[in-house]
Amino acid sequence: MSVFVWVETFEGAMNPSSREALAAGKTLADGLGVGVTALVFGGNAAAIANEAGQYGATTAVICDDATLNDFRLEPYAALLTKLVQDHSPKVVLAVATNRGRELVASSAADTNSGMIAEAIELGLDGEAVVATKAAYAGKVLGKMALRGTGTKFVTIRGRAFKPQEQNTSASITVTTVAAVLTEDAIASKIESFEQEVGKVNLSDAAIIVSGGRGIANNPKNAPADAGDATIWKAKDGFATVITPLAEMLGAAVGASRAAVDAGFIPYDHQVGQTGKVVNPDLYIACAISGAIQHQAGMRNSKLIVAINKDGDAPIFKLARYGVVEDVYNFVPALTEELKKRLGK
Amino acid sequence: MQIVTFTRSTPDTAAKVEVNSSGVVTWGDAATVVNPWDEYSLEEAIVQAKNTGGKATVIAIGPEMHNEALKHSIAMGLDEAVRVQADDLDMTDSLGWATLAAAAVQKMGNAELVIFGKESIDVATDQQVYQTARKLGWTMLSYVSKILAIDTANKTIKVEKVLEQGKQIITVKLPVVISVMKGINEPRYPSFIGIRKASKAVIPVWTPGDLGVSLPGKTSELVAYHNLPARAVQTEIITGESVQEKAAKLVDKLLEEKVL
Repeated sequence: MSVFVWVETFEGAMNPSSREALAAGKTLADGLGVGVTALVFGGNAAAIANEAGQYGATTAVICDDATLNDFRLEPYAALLTKLVQDHSPKVVLAVATNRGRELVASSAADTNSGMIAEAIELGLDGEAVVATKAAYAGKVLGKMALRGTGTKFVTIRGRAFKPQEQNTSASITVTTVAAVLTEDAIASKIESFEQEVGKVNLSDAAIIVSGGRGIANNPKNAPADAGDATIWKAKDGFATVITPLAEMLGAAVGASRAAVDAGFIPYDHQVGQTGKVVNPDLYIACAISGAIQHQAGMRNSKLIVAINKDGDAPIFKLARYGVVEDVYNFVPALTEELKKRLGK
Repeated sequence: MQIVTFTRSTPDTAAKVEVNSSGVVTWGDAATVVNPWDEYSLEEAIVQAKNTGGKATVIAIGPEMHNEALKHSIAMGLDEAVRVQADDLDMTDSLGWATLAAAAVQKMGNAELVIFGKESIDVATDQQVYQTARKLGWTMLSYVSKILAIDTANKTIKVEKVLEQGKQIITVKLPVVISVMKGINEPRYPSFIGIRKASKAVIPVWTPGDLGVSLPGKTSELVAYHNLPARAVQTEIITGESVQEKAAKLVDKLLEEKVL
């Protein structure tokens, strides 16, 4: 009767955002008068369970069967569902990563239980779990409740909950269980995996530097063999102006829909209604006007800086600090200044 | 191959959406559009139905407002559209929605591939996608960025799937539910002939009774919608004689704010 927290792993290491789930789970567990049980599936599970113990879990259920080394929904969901049926936890909680979303929703369906996805605030009303989440593409908020006696399933948005301080003297009681599905019973076969090293995940980023349509106003001339001159100029701007600033800050590179749809930068950089919803500590918007679709994706950033040569751009209304300058004049100066001041 | 896809009507992406004094979500005079993520699933359903010599059906679950999205889908080139209406369905109750969705796919009889858009912007979640797959008992492949092959003889599908850490190639046996990303294709605009076909289309309505299911008890409750808290932000425009001076002042501010 504890609070289950699924600890996400990748290649034998804990996904750092799982500490946020352990902390959010601990708050609920304290309110319900129970403990947190970390669920760790896949390689190196025992060591990861110990680490989970240092971030708020008191018990762990682990399964390091080879079928669970790479995340696949079928064996993971089958095991989670069985654990829920065997132990009737009060709550099952995970971070709303690509994998966490589908795992939690699947097990909620298997057990006919209620679920709230991507909570940004979480609390209790007696035994009921209440949560606030985005609705209508983040333009309004919905307050939802899960009542009744059954297990309640919740995912939390990344960076919405603070992890606990690590307690290196904490211990954890670990139970090992067997996998539910054998390899023969699993339909999906992973044929290959191509890791993108150094890919900064927008959802996890503490700082994001984003570029918009205005990145195409590059004063450089496109070479004669460049094909589309506008696209060349914008790509060059992302590479030589936006990326150096991001690298100086250890930041992820974002973009507006206009920049993505114009072919300036790949889709996985898009922030906004049909891209990613982000909440970094610092969001630097370069040559982004601030259309409502873009705002829906970044307005929860703690501090917003807008750089745009049009002083009337709507983005300035959201920004704490604004600089009315051409990005091509200002951003290189900002990168240079940061280099001096941050001692890099 | 028989392909099924789902869509719904959502407020225009540029619309200002608000909660009015009665607690109802409104978007003024703005039109509804196809849920933006569904443009990619609708396009993919048309393309894959053509490639496999099959038929693509689009289903919406919910009240009559969703006919708009179904008509847009027909105008794009979907072969047929159906709406499922259950009077006591709460659209935020994903389990109820998924129960109806799975039953509607089963009623099609020979469907082997269900394609969803990544998520629905009104409920701002994708949980109903995975729950539909579980209720069908089919394999789920999410975040598909490319369909690499569909082998109708051996009944397999091979896809490229996006993870936070990279890209996976996966093959599974049909039937399967997939959700597709923006970027998988370039959604087409409705054609003139398509728009005429859509305007004449009579969309059949199925009830839970027609599907042979009853709605499960509600497992989640929407307590209330709220407007976003105002962003209490006082914008300070950084001034100076040169870009160097402005840059230095901005860095001062960012260091003071402790965000670097």
